[in-house]
Amino acid sequence: MAILRSPGPFSGWRSITLTAATLLALPILLVTFSLSQPQWLVWQHLADTVLLDYVLNSLMLAFGVGLGAMLLGTSLAWCCHHYQFPGRSWFEWLLLLPLAIPAYIIAYCYTGLLDFAGPLQTTLRETFGWGYGDYWFPEIRSLGGAITMLILVLYPYVFMLARNAFRDQSQSLLEASRSMGQSPQQYFLKVAVPMARPAILSGTALAMMEAFADFGTVEYFGVSTFTTGIFRTWFGMGNHLAAAQLSALLMLFVMGLVLWEQYSRRKIQYYYQGHKRQTQARTRPAGLTRWLLFSFCSLVLALGFLLPLAMLLHWAWLTGPEQLDARFWRLAWNSFSLALTAALIILLLAMLFAYAKRLKSDPLINAPVTVAKLGYALPGTVIAVGTMVPLAWFDKSLDALLQACFGISTGLLLSGTVFALLFAYAVRFLAVSLHQVETGLARVKPSMDMAGRSLGLSPTGVFSQVHLPMLRASLLSAVLLVFVDVLKELPATLILRPFNFDTLAIRTYELASDERLADAAAPALLILVAGLLPVILLSRAINKETA
Amino acid sequence: MLKPVSVLALLLSAVTTVQAAQEVNVYSARKEALIKPVLDDFTKQTGIQVNLITGNADTLLSRIATEGQFSPADLLVTTDVGRLQWAKESNLLQSAQANEQLMRWVPANLRDQDNQWFALTKRARPIMYAIDRVKPEELNRLEDLTDAKWKGRICVRSSTNIYNQSMVSALIEQLGEQATLELAKGLVKNFARPPKGGDRDQIKAVAAGQCDIAIANTYYLAGMLTDADKSQVEAAKKVKVFWPNQSDRGTHVNISGAGVTKHAPNAENANKLLVFMLSKDAQQWYAEHNGEYPVRSDVESSELLKGFGEFKAESIPLEKVGARNTDALMLMNHAGWK
Repeated sequence: MAILRSPGPFSGWRSITLTAATLLALPILLVTFSLSQPQWLVWQHLADTVLLDYVLNSLMLAFGVGLGAMLLGTSLAWCCHHYQFPGRSWFEWLLLLPLAIPAYIIAYCYTGLLDFAGPLQTTLRETFGWGYGDYWFPEIRSLGGAITMLILVLYPYVFMLARNAFRDQSQSLLEASRSMGQSPQQYFLKVAVPMARPAILSGTALAMMEAFADFGTVEYFGVSTFTTGIFRTWFGMGNHLAAAQLSALLMLFVMGLVLWEQYSRRKIQYYYQGHKRQTQARTRPAGLTRWLLFSFCSLVLALGFLLPLAMLLHWAWLTGPEQLDARFWRLAWNSFSLALTAALIILLLAMLFAYAKRLKSDPLINAPVTVAKLGYALPGTVIAVGTMVPLAWFDKSLDALLQACFGISTGLLLSGTVFALLFAYAVRFLAVSLHQVETGLARVKPSMDMAGRSLGLSPTGVFSQVHLPMLRASLLSAVLLVFVDVLKELPATLILRPFNFDTLAIRTYELASDERLADAAAPALLILVAGLLPVILLSRAINKETA
Repeated sequence: MLKPVSVLALLLSAVTTVQAAQEVNVYSARKEALIKPVLDDFTKQTGIQVNLITGNADTLLSRIATEGQFSPADLLVTTDVGRLQWAKESNLLQSAQANEQLMRWVPANLRDQDNQWFALTKRARPIMYAIDRVKPEELNRLEDLTDAKWKGRICVRSSTNIYNQSMVSALIEQLGEQATLELAKGLVKNFARPPKGGDRDQIKAVAAGQCDIAIANTYYLAGMLTDADKSQVEAAKKVKVFWPNQSDRGTHVNISGAGVTKHAPNAENANKLLVFMLSKDAQQWYAEHNGEYPVRSDVESSELLKGFGEFKAESIPLEKVGARNTDALMLMNHAGWK
């Protein structure tokens, strides 16, 4: 079985993997340890007043977003994969663009547009002479509004994974299903979707975790969820233990989600079925249908990207170009370089863990990796504090040790440095990268390793000549998703960053949270631009591979 | 054997000596745009380099506490009194030196009795009303807003917001828990909609007719009046300020303030910066640029603020407000104030 030699119990790789996994699990374990000091009084108070709201709203938000992102992402991926229609090849990457928009920014944009005091409703009132209460209009600042906003920016997770999965399905499957008299609809429902299930569910789980962790949108919309509850308990009541316990409870939900996702994947072994991909023959539907497909994709693109972009451009236009000074470009550089470094480091970690699991499932490593994956569903603030505590402990212990031995004081070596930031990002976003790598790796049959070996390839040769080409799309997606996530990341960056180190997300947030939306537009636009570049480059690279 | 050790020692001593330059490290809950210009002026005048981290006050406090004796923080700047008092109670601050000047400039109820923190600016939270639907004669005390005639006419933001928490803390301190709970329940009953959005959103809702009255900080209205977005200016012009409780305790006022941290490596420079932030120029800058009221009586507020009118402010010592924060939040949970 062990084709790429499985590491022995004391091999170097094993200890590196184990150490890395344990370190990444540490911040999350710290949160869990808080349960050992139950804060009954606070819990009693919460249970009497707001806890039920937190639980119900969080669950509805996560499941609403999960369902919406799954349906939207899968159907868009299928349209772009299966049909030929005007603009199709453009939509393949255009539909990824909403990823670059932070959820709270899209929330600000739509509120500006659709709120009671916004231009749309004001125009309606002026045109028809209505007043407040005379007419019905969907309330954007509601649970439904929050679900819609998050679906619009999170569906690309499902879209990207599903599209990669559809691409890997052999053309002969389609032909076989046709020859057995199945209609295209039946093929979609009975063959294509079930085969892409691990990818679709993986994307859905990511969207749901992100929804659980969202703070900015729900806070702005006045929806009480676990995350807002954690903040209220921690900051409002000053009880960090009770807040950590709320976080631990939130993690229980997410743990359920992760296990469900893994379970559903385990039932069947999904492997990429042998053949080298033929050129995909896309279906050319009738004229009207083609334009319907075009309109569907355009609508999603307009709602998820173009409309918010137009709002931001409008605001940025109002404030003028005076913001674009040298300091502004420095922010852009900070954001860009930080996001790229983090994305690459996290990719390496994810590959390390994914291979450790593939080669020899080792519960000692799997357990901390599973724990570390939960980080994606925790609010960044909780992770940041979970990072800060062990790092400070390390710094202080090292200082004490060196004081005792050499009389040298090192002070804080790691705390308050970029290292602390990268560490927190790794905890927060490992799940994103790992999902991509694992779904990619799951499609490589073990028999291909054996074939490669029997053809005389070394284990490294199997990796570089068999695995890497097959994993390319997944690895690029992993880099892209983490890059964009770090670019948008706010709470952990805010707490952990070094002196005089700002990012675009921080600048945007500072202005937006002071309710100076017009001023916040310029940095928000730059987040979009910085995110666009890699989205375009990487999706081109992914496309090229399948061309 | 000795060599690597001595190289290490050399490296480490290099790390530690870097910090000896003339500098001061600021942890600020004030947003960068609203503090950097003042800090830049300070550097220009004194040659002392200022290093800045901005962020949420609570997380900055966590960071100082976690970093402990090695914390590089010298000065903590916050935008409300609750966090300053909390920092003091968590033993994270020290008493400021040079305090004769500071004592003279900052009124006693706007600073800590042990000189661990000082107010830098005042932020008032009055009532704002729709000019066309509310007559100022109809308004008097905050308590009167619980009257049934205001049903469905009041907009306030969420109780998660610190300004509301401080306002309710101050009420508990002055009216007692029971009366404050009644007041909060009465307000909630008259809400036009579940609390959502920020202070500007409440003002906009009044302008658009969704509600007739909002409770909001004055600098948000000032910010709207000077916004680049014309629709914000239009909305702000439909709204006026009313100062409640002028015949009794006065209108609620919070502060932005600062304190020198316990383990400040550059405590002396931190003190200099504190004094600088209370200088006339700095005080005027805040009045002009963020519509806040100077704490010094010898500095005038901006023309825009004068247009909102003179008012009597609450006079309770602010440190008591800070200590009540948890009670306030629990009370609002009970009153159903989301």
